[in-house]
Amino acid sequence: MRPRILILGGGTGGTLAANRLRKHYGDAVQITVIDRDDRHVYQPGLLFVPFGLADPARLARSRRAQLHDGIEFRVAEVERIETADNRIELAGGEMVPYDVLVIASGASLLPQETEGLTGPGWQERVFSFYTLEGATALRDALRAFDHGRLVVNMVDMPVKCPVAPLEFCFLADWHLKQRRIRDRVQIEYVTSLDGAFTKPTCNRELSGLLAARGIEVTTEFNTGQVDGAAGRLISWDDREVRFDLLVAVPLHGGSEFVGRSPGLGDELGFVTVDRGTLQSTAAANVFALGDATNVPTSKAGSVAHFQGETLVGNIVRFLDRRELDSSFDGHTNCFIETGFHKAILIDFNYDTEPLPGRFPEPRVGPLRLLEESRLNHLGKLAFEWIYWHVLLPGRPMLGITPQMQLAGKELDATSMERSIR
Amino acid sequence: MTTTTLVDTPVERDPEGFFVHPEQWTEAMADEIARESGIAELTDRHWQVINFMRGTYLQNGTAPSIRTLGKASGVPIKELYQLFPKGPAKLAAKIAGIPKPRGCI
Repeated sequence: MRPRILILGGGTGGTLAANRLRKHYGDAVQITVIDRDDRHVYQPGLLFVPFGLADPARLARSRRAQLHDGIEFRVAEVERIETADNRIELAGGEMVPYDVLVIASGASLLPQETEGLTGPGWQERVFSFYTLEGATALRDALRAFDHGRLVVNMVDMPVKCPVAPLEFCFLADWHLKQRRIRDRVQIEYVTSLDGAFTKPTCNRELSGLLAARGIEVTTEFNTGQVDGAAGRLISWDDREVRFDLLVAVPLHGGSEFVGRSPGLGDELGFVTVDRGTLQSTAAANVFALGDATNVPTSKAGSVAHFQGETLVGNIVRFLDRRELDSSFDGHTNCFIETGFHKAILIDFNYDTEPLPGRFPEPRVGPLRLLEESRLNHLGKLAFEWIYWHVLLPGRPMLGITPQMQLAGKELDATSMERSIR
Repeated sequence: MTTTTLVDTPVERDPEGFFVHPEQWTEAMADEIARESGIAELTDRHWQVINFMRGTYLQNGTAPSIRTLGKASGVPIKELYQLFPKGPAKLAAKIAGIPKPRGCI
């Protein structure tokens, strides 16, 4: 019998894992990918939709079409995972057995967990751009918006792409300047964090940029309630922020079926895995990657890509009864759009914060880290092609290693100390 | 990092007052840190949060967020703000003798 590898989720992580496994094993294993639908959205593109810079219809493709020949794809809802019996139950009761399970079911948006967020005003003056529908509705609202308070609220971590709300602020500033109405709109970024970004060097850079663009920042604001009718955000400690147009990044959680499978996830439904091997802490033949895990790094496509190598290597080792490799270092790489055809590039891992320098070749670049440049913006645009044609098919990215490289980064004494620790 | 004295014992804390080495913490120190932070007396409800905070940190290596506290500590978020004014997750971490919670990114 060929070993059966079952992958839950046909997004970034599930697709690249399936394709890499197929490439490694050929017909020697049976690979099945299950998702609830056949629509794969290029999520980094959502940010551009509200500003008319991306066509929503072009961001979605078939999930099935991204999978190599020989991989089975099924559309079904997962009810729960029964790790003790090495099987999953689908909605309707069908049981699907596995030898190895990969959970790549991403993060879900939970706007309903914040009181009032989906109440009066939802999709009228209160939006989220984290779905195609939301981003499209926001585009239409933004077109009609010509004065007042635009508030961007990151309700609480963890969220997908934690820099996206900041990018939204920068792009909104640019958009309103192009329409010559920037002086009639106040932009305010409201975050639960104690700064624009969590890592100190990057926080300084981004805070400076926000101030230069006249974007107000309110920190340590934990939204308890949204009053869409009156246009008010209310924090748990009774502070208020007024808005005319609210762009909320709602709470995130893992997949519901993780919550229905005792012992598999944390209290938010993210799969608890070893942060170096990506093996589930609940069962040896269960692995997870991408946004679905609880590892302490960004929820971002680049992370799923870098995890791919560790995950596939460890599934091979597991099936060969060899010891797993603890090689995932938390590596994350993000372009931060800052408007005006420019972007910042950051590269970091569990232990090293984003630092200035050159990427991917030390001293040469051509990309500059933690600095605005036109080339970084072109890199972000080029990434869409790379995503469909290199990242998802599981091809190697020339010059970019799964582990973060310190070479090329300018370390000061404190960051040096942190990276050694 | 600075060394301060709590309950006649030297402990290492960061500039904001968070413990660098959680193992240096004792329950008696919690009362003193609470008073430093403007909480006159720690009640059973405070201790429920402090114990949950410390237990989670020692088990997972990360401190729970306010949202996790609200879901799993048995104390609702509204009450957390009454018990530990302004920033419940940060203040409870300080009193529980664990490093500053990093909103992970």
